[in-house]
Amino acid sequence: MGMTIAEKIIAAAAGVPEVKPGDIHTVTLDRLMSNDGTTHLTVDMYRNKLNHPHIADPKKLVFIVDHNVPSDSPKTAASQKKMRDFARENNIDFWEGKGVCHQVMIENYVRPGELIFGADSHTCSYGALGAFGTGVGCTDFLYGMVTGTSWVLVPESVKFNLVGKLPEGVYARDLILTIIGEVGANGCNYQVMEFTGEGAKTLSISDRMALCNMAVEAGAKTGIFEADEKAIEYLKEHGREPKEIFHSDPDAKYVREYTFDLSKVRPVVAKPDFVDRVVPAEETCGTPINEAFLGSCNNGRIEDLRVGAEIIRGKKVAEGVRFLVVPASQTIYRQALKEGIIDTFMEAGAIVMNPNCSVCWGSCQGVIGENEVLISTGTRNFKGRAGHPSSKVYLGSAATVTASAIAGKIATADQI
Amino acid sequence: MGNTVIEKIIRHNTGKDVKPGDIVTVNVDRVMIHDIFIPFVGDKFEEMGFTKLWDPDKVVLIYDHLVPASRVDDTRHFHKGDEFAKKYGMKNVHRSDGICHQLMTEAGYVKPGDVVFGTDSHTTTYGCVGAFSSGIGYTEMASILGTGTMWIKVPETIKVVIEGELPKNVMSKDIILRLIGDLGADGATYRALEFSGSTVENMTVASRMTIANMAIEAGAKCALFTPDEKTAEYCGIELNDYQKSLKGDEDAKYLCTITYRAEDFVPVMACPSQVDKIRDTSVLEGTPIDQVFIGSCTNGRLEDLQAAAEVLKGKKVADYVKLIVTPASRKIYLQASKMGILDTLAEAGAMITHPGCGLCCGRAGGILSDGERVVATNNRNFLGRMGTSKVEIYLASPKTAAACAVAGKIVTPEV
Amino acid sequence: MEAFTGKVWVLGDDIDTDIIIPTEYLALKTIDDMKQYGFSPLRPELAGQIEKGDIIVAGKNFGCGSSREQAPEIIKALGISCVIAKSFARIFFRNSINNGLLLIEQPDLHDDIKEGDTITVKMNEHVDYNGKTYPIAALPENLMDIIQAGGLVKAMRKRNGLD
Repeated sequence: MGMTIAEKIIAAAAGVPEVKPGDIHTVTLDRLMSNDGTTHLTVDMYRNKLNHPHIADPKKLVFIVDHNVPSDSPKTAASQKKMRDFARENNIDFWEGKGVCHQVMIENYVRPGELIFGADSHTCSYGALGAFGTGVGCTDFLYGMVTGTSWVLVPESVKFNLVGKLPEGVYARDLILTIIGEVGANGCNYQVMEFTGEGAKTLSISDRMALCNMAVEAGAKTGIFEADEKAIEYLKEHGREPKEIFHSDPDAKYVREYTFDLSKVRPVVAKPDFVDRVVPAEETCGTPINEAFLGSCNNGRIEDLRVGAEIIRGKKVAEGVRFLVVPASQTIYRQALKEGIIDTFMEAGAIVMNPNCSVCWGSCQGVIGENEVLISTGTRNFKGRAGHPSSKVYLGSAATVTASAIAGKIATADQI
Repeated sequence: MGNTVIEKIIRHNTGKDVKPGDIVTVNVDRVMIHDIFIPFVGDKFEEMGFTKLWDPDKVVLIYDHLVPASRVDDTRHFHKGDEFAKKYGMKNVHRSDGICHQLMTEAGYVKPGDVVFGTDSHTTTYGCVGAFSSGIGYTEMASILGTGTMWIKVPETIKVVIEGELPKNVMSKDIILRLIGDLGADGATYRALEFSGSTVENMTVASRMTIANMAIEAGAKCALFTPDEKTAEYCGIELNDYQKSLKGDEDAKYLCTITYRAEDFVPVMACPSQVDKIRDTSVLEGTPIDQVFIGSCTNGRLEDLQAAAEVLKGKKVADYVKLIVTPASRKIYLQASKMGILDTLAEAGAMITHPGCGLCCGRAGGILSDGERVVATNNRNFLGRMGTSKVEIYLASPKTAAACAVAGKIVTPEV
Repeated sequence: MEAFTGKVWVLGDDIDTDIIIPTEYLALKTIDDMKQYGFSPLRPELAGQIEKGDIIVAGKNFGCGSSREQAPEIIKALGISCVIAKSFARIFFRNSINNGLLLIEQPDLHDDIKEGDTITVKMNEHVDYNGKTYPIAALPENLMDIIQAGGLVKAMRKRNGLD
């Protein structure tokens, strides 16, 4: 019987010809990523709980400091020091302040066909390049680090048939929020969201990352695209080759299928405090805001910054509103510098921060206070996610967020 | 008998002949309040029974210590500040444009000969353009907001004369550090420092700012530079007769005069954890470091970033070492961006953060933990200022800091 | 003339405002929220040990550093009746007077004193310790006016016809 891309990647990692949903397999991992959110805990377990501490293959490990960078307290500094020292002692690739982990991984490591574990829920982003990335806790991570292997329960796949093309002024961000709004925050629990169809081909790698990145917000184990010419081109630009390119078989089995016509997608906003409370953006227009955030592993890429810069050029951030712009990586920051995008944001009165996770997870910098309202391109709008428990987070596209920063209240780009 | 610069400013302001030790009431030309203290200033102002500001245009409110907010309570300060500004008709509010002391002169709020107070100890900075400026607490600020006046004791003046040409690897930071080392952290307490000599005359306003900024670290009430052509250009004005007169008279009475030969200066560092614990960088060479910070109201200006970029161009920050660069203002950030300085720094591996007080005030922007060592261009290395009390802070010039970032240890910059 | 007695805590030279109250805690809402962190970089346990009426005796340049008025305010809130030091930094000095925290300059006491001992301060005259008398200067008139009014806030309220 035919297999999906996800099943083929697992079969290859397990060294078996075929797998089917529900099977449990031992797999060899291609790569393990851990960030400063939890690495210190993994290191503690490694040092204190193991009788024979050992790393299967340090070359497969990547440690990335991105959540609290530069460090905002002695406590986070101590965690990062532990991580840095461990990486240094064990020859583990170490990145600090170079960008949000998933962006750094896609720019530097991820290859089609790989199976990657990351100690972060948004590891599902790597499906943008046809890899199977999934988030794990630090115990699972430790097991993978020590043995080079892990076990997986083969997930069912859900097919998202994309047709048509996104209209001008509508973005992949609107699409994924629309999809999550439709399937629900647990609509794809433990399943794989496979994005396919002619519409999928029209999406850039950056768009695909925005989609796969938020697969976990529908409960999915991962989101994935078939690696096509665009993916190969992206890899080439970044000096890498695919591990293996898998295609879903025509007779592969999907547990459900959805069809989304991209041309019908409109700007949307997810209202507090759930990612699936998605409504047309106009329904939220006029809501006063205190802060706007353009950044994160979901929407902090050069394409997103270009969208924001185009809207804000020659205009000003509303008085009293804080507009934080955070490129997702140092590479993106430098590209934005070259294109004059950083200047555009600075001239408009935005706060441009170094690449980090910051506002998206409500720590380090750009934290919001009591009863404040944020509109964000981040990944989540859970209660208190960006700061005080009483604060509210709305999620929208780079265009909607920038327009709102200018208006001082939620607004769509066409209102600016 | 002649007058020192501070005596001339106070005389002009009060219309009285004054001598050190006199207690006088001055009319305040401008005040600065920053985000950490605005809630307290507002409360005290109202508690005192004032209902209006003496002159809203003379009041400047700047958010810089808490930008971007790192704790959920931080944004309360912005709301308090916005409410206060609205209620009392203040227009001069900067919400994320940079560090207060940079903005006060850069945005034209302070002119030579002015009398200025700010709720921050580094308010001494504005002496770089020949203004009498000093730090005060929030209660006193509240009383100025209501009355427009403040009492002061006319300080004695210590004259510092520097003649000659500085070695290439020396910056004005090295001068002020050396001076603080020679005077001691309380060596100029209650006193004015007055700078003159050819080295000072040849210095940019930005370099003078570094010196004036750190005068407080020797305890000084203020630091003063004679306004000149460069000052006029920087401030965008033509100097009037009063401003031109702000030069210490030949027969003025000084508490003492300290003279330096510029050629004798070498790169130095203030070692943990006293600002006056000054050592030649050459004797500290080889000490491993974990982080470098280039920024602050002391050394986050364009020439500082440029100096760092020259050292870092085509090189990389050492492995496992972090370099954090925080331009002092939005204007400086934009200038550095347009000149390619930010790109050079980022290419070398620096993290460029948004203009603000950042790490210097110890709330975010690169806090360290036990056993870590940082070389920083800011003004204080007090115990626990950038993290735990087991963090070692070495203060240095931007050139030295950049060279250390590349080496991963303390080194003396070559040029 | 007023006199009072208190138990002594001894601190060294250059006790800066970051030691008295680290920046990290400056955005807490009230002085009462902050006071538990007083002196924490140097002696984390000290704030919890100070009792009402205790006296701090320190070396030179006490209060150097920032203009943060929380420094004298938390010292006062901890119950310290006065600080006796070889010298004070000037912003701290003004802030203390404005908040009614008594500061006394005395060059010799610090060299002799032992922590936990008791001293008696006779205002504007001298400090008595261990059978020895340490002279202290009287405050200038304009400062005594502020202190006598109960701090600068009260002085201004009087000026504005409120009290």
